[in-house]
Amino acid sequence: MAQATSSPPETLDEDAPARRSYSSDAAGLGRLRAGVFVAPALLLIAAFLVFPALWVLYLGLTNYRLTGIAAAEPQFVGLDNFIDAVSNPVFWNSTWLTVQFVLGSAVIGQVGLGFTIAWLLRDRRGPLKRLVEGLVILAWILPSAVVSFLWVALLDRDGGTLNALLGLPGFAWLLDHPMLSIIIFNTWRGTAFSMMLYGAALGNVPPSHLESARLAGASGWQQLRDVVFPHIRGHILTNLLLISLWTFNDFTPFMITAGGPDGKSEILAVHVYKVALQSGELGYGAAVSTVILLINLVVAVFYLRLLRSKK
Amino acid sequence: MAAIELRGLTKVYPGGVKALDALDLDIPDGEFFALLGPSGCGKTTLLRTIAGLEIATGGAVVIGDRDVTGVQPGGRDVAMVFQDYALFPHMDVTENIAYPLRIKKVAKSARRAKAVEVGTRLGLEHLMDRRPGQLSGGQQQRVALARVMATQAQAFLFDEPLSNLDARLRLEARTFLKKLQRELGVTTVFVTHDQAEALAMADRMAVMESGHIRQIGTPAEVFQRPANTFVAGFIGSTPMNLLDGAVRGDTLDVAGCKVGVPSSAEGRLSDGEKIVYGVRPEYMSYSAEPAEGALGGKVAIVENLGASHLVTLDVNDVIVQAVVPEGSEPSLGDDGYAVPRRDRALVYRDGELV
Amino acid sequence: MTARFVAGRIGFYTLIAVLLAFFTIPLLWLATAPFTSDPTYEVGVPDFTWENFQAVAEHPYALPSLYNSLVLSVGTALLVVAMAALAAYALSRVRLPGRDALLYALLLLSSIITGTAAMVPLFQLAVELNLIDSHLGLILILTGGLLPAAIFMMKDFMDSTPKSYEESARVFGASPLQIVRHVVVPLVRPGLATIGVWAVANVWGNFLMPYLLLSDVEKQPAAVITYTLYTEGGQANLRMLSTFGLLYSVPVVLMYLFVSKKYGFRFHGGIKR
Ligand SMILES: Nc1ncnc2c1ncn2[C@@H]1O[C@H](COP(=O)(O)OP(=O)(O)OP(=O)(O)O)[C@@H](O)[C@H]1O
Ligand SMILES: [Mg+2]
Repeated sequence: MAQATSSPPETLDEDAPARRSYSSDAAGLGRLRAGVFVAPALLLIAAFLVFPALWVLYLGLTNYRLTGIAAAEPQFVGLDNFIDAVSNPVFWNSTWLTVQFVLGSAVIGQVGLGFTIAWLLRDRRGPLKRLVEGLVILAWILPSAVVSFLWVALLDRDGGTLNALLGLPGFAWLLDHPMLSIIIFNTWRGTAFSMMLYGAALGNVPPSHLESARLAGASGWQQLRDVVFPHIRGHILTNLLLISLWTFNDFTPFMITAGGPDGKSEILAVHVYKVALQSGELGYGAAVSTVILLINLVVAVFYLRLLRSKK
Repeated sequence: MAAIELRGLTKVYPGGVKALDALDLDIPDGEFFALLGPSGCGKTTLLRTIAGLEIATGGAVVIGDRDVTGVQPGGRDVAMVFQDYALFPHMDVTENIAYPLRIKKVAKSARRAKAVEVGTRLGLEHLMDRRPGQLSGGQQQRVALARVMATQAQAFLFDEPLSNLDARLRLEARTFLKKLQRELGVTTVFVTHDQAEALAMADRMAVMESGHIRQIGTPAEVFQRPANTFVAGFIGSTPMNLLDGAVRGDTLDVAGCKVGVPSSAEGRLSDGEKIVYGVRPEYMSYSAEPAEGALGGKVAIVENLGASHLVTLDVNDVIVQAVVPEGSEPSLGDDGYAVPRRDRALVYRDGELV
Repeated sequence: MTARFVAGRIGFYTLIAVLLAFFTIPLLWLATAPFTSDPTYEVGVPDFTWENFQAVAEHPYALPSLYNSLVLSVGTALLVVAMAALAAYALSRVRLPGRDALLYALLLLSSIITGTAAMVPLFQLAVELNLIDSHLGLILILTGGLLPAAIFMMKDFMDSTPKSYEESARVFGASPLQIVRHVVVPLVRPGLATIGVWAVANVWGNFLMPYLLLSDVEKQPAAVITYTLYTEGGQANLRMLSTFGLLYSVPVVLMYLFVSKKYGFRFHGGIKR
């Protein structure tokens, strides 16, 4: 939650030195005091993270509504909400849009652009590199409410800068191509992470390997394929999993298109908000949330596996 | 100041490693005691158990007249210098030295005064405002010493405090530390794996091997009469010759040569028994001419030790080493004869001194 | 050879120019409009007026919302740092039963339970506990969300500090709490700062949670006010929006510059240490 775009929780140090497997209580804390130290954090996590997650599972099985009779006395309806969801074309539409959004902006957009920039700038120093990196990172760190409006302004049908540049006055990007708009927006927004990750990864490719490939007459593409990719394969996978997870859960597109027009950019994150908090169908919204949780779980377990196997 | 007494001290680590095995040790008040042993033998564990950083699995630790086995480290009134000195990187030298007094709630001005006093005594007066990161290894070592001095503890525990210094500085620090300990008269346990350091500094020393103490004694005793072949092999800058042999009537048959029975073993050997004959290279007289009771062979290697040479003889396929004074060293391939000093040679039976 | 080299250079700079344009053009408006008397959606040459800032200062909710953002982010950061530090220290030094499973669970939780997945129950929970329109309530909820990742990152810092400092203090008689205050906290200060900045940045930009849980305009942070400014009330007030957006953005940029200057730019899976 509150992931925003700034930082991933990847903290299993990939190349941490093998620590001695025993721990010693250097300060003489003792288990009791240690328990007291851990308790407040665990309590908050339990109350505001674990409990909501469990609650969402329960809610999904009721006909809870925000207002009305079902708000006072929610009934247990079993898997009805899930059945509603899978038989609801709007849900499938949202799912399909989400797939487009994740594939288009994260897997293709951010990874492709991030790697390209990292590769172009790999052995450069100085102002050009700093300028490009600085701008890419700026797009990443600015508050989402601000960048959303910057894109609304950029893409505005009548007065937007983009139409002025392209000489296409009156072209309604957000109305006619809402998915394309948010995909390009999110590529712009999130490339920084991939760029930095690949920059670091490329820095770890031993120069001697590249040099020997170059001496053997390998072209740029052959160097990439035979030397670079084998070295950074682990990083690519890590990166893919993380940014897919974040993009999948990203709520920012709501601030640009609000899911519209006519649900044409209503990705799952926005779908939940609309059905649960705007239409008040909490039970159905919770069922969709459960689906999101499960997908997150699968990706996260995959990711943690990957980290473990690298250790 | 206080004596330290360990009774049947045992430490088993959670993984099952028995680092100390029913260890008994008495260190009288004011003594400079060295703990010597190879890596992994349990020296650090012993020191940490005395300090209370490790909880003993069995046995007792007595400091002064107090059984402190169950007492927290802070309540044992000992001070410790760690191998990496553990100087707090975020405090300057004054604050580091004064830290133990800060814990004892000494007023700020009083503890600064004490820090300056101790620091001055150790020649740190011009460094008092620096952080540990701005000090050389030797200076850091003295700050760590100053910090334990400021505690006025009953006993000092040092875990290889000299091992991070370069060879020359280590010699200086050795002399300095010994002199300081004399003046302060605080009971000191000093861990090292450098036998020369232990021999040079200690009033008494213990040699450890895998959780056991193999010998306790003064450096002279340990050097001259190692109690067993382990200690014999561990002590001395050139290792002792330990040669398999057998008793043949009034003499010993060692490496195919006939040598006399050492004076210490006279009358204690029975004919025909197998023994190990031990003699330090320093206790051999070397000549180029055949001699009575000599180990004779071909010169295989000659190593320069500075004021003397270490000559390695091949005696019927057994290696025998002797120290030869400057000027009379042989050349490779010469015949050489080394006669052990009977009053210094030793006999081991089943690994133990006879 | 040289022809290919020249072609390569040209290709390289063309690509860089396109990239620069792609990343710069959306940002230009934020740089020009606040200084333009009557900004339109189109980027224009500013006439360097300060009137827009005046307008922001006079707006009833603009500056207060920045203050709200500050309260929320600093409050959350303090809570996150304090709790994560205590928990991570205990987890790093004491072998509590189930520790490894707990850490694994924390890592998993922090990545799967996102605002998107938990917005329905969090909203309900806030209603039930009377935490709607309460800054404290929002801070607690945000803290709960950031803590798992923070504990995990903190533990990394704690694990990498040598234990001999603490042991040394302990032999001198320091109590566990004194050790934490005198030795551990100063030693991991860079870690505390990193987590603090990370938490501030996270909350400062967060839109969904305050949007869900704060309906009183006077309590809303800048993220929500920005959104309200361009979605509600007919014609968007571009003078307000641009200038306010700039004011709202500057702190994150400054913080980012500060962190990368101070702690360098060691890249550790996204968090800049
Ligand atoms: N915390 C621990 N948990 C488990 N085993 C340990 C622990 N500390 C030390 N050991 C083991 O106990 C034995 C004694 O270790 P100790 O550190 O006391 O050796 P040492 O004599 O100080 O060696 P060195 O000269 O290398 O410092 C070793 O086998 C070591 O692996
Ligand atoms: Mg040791």
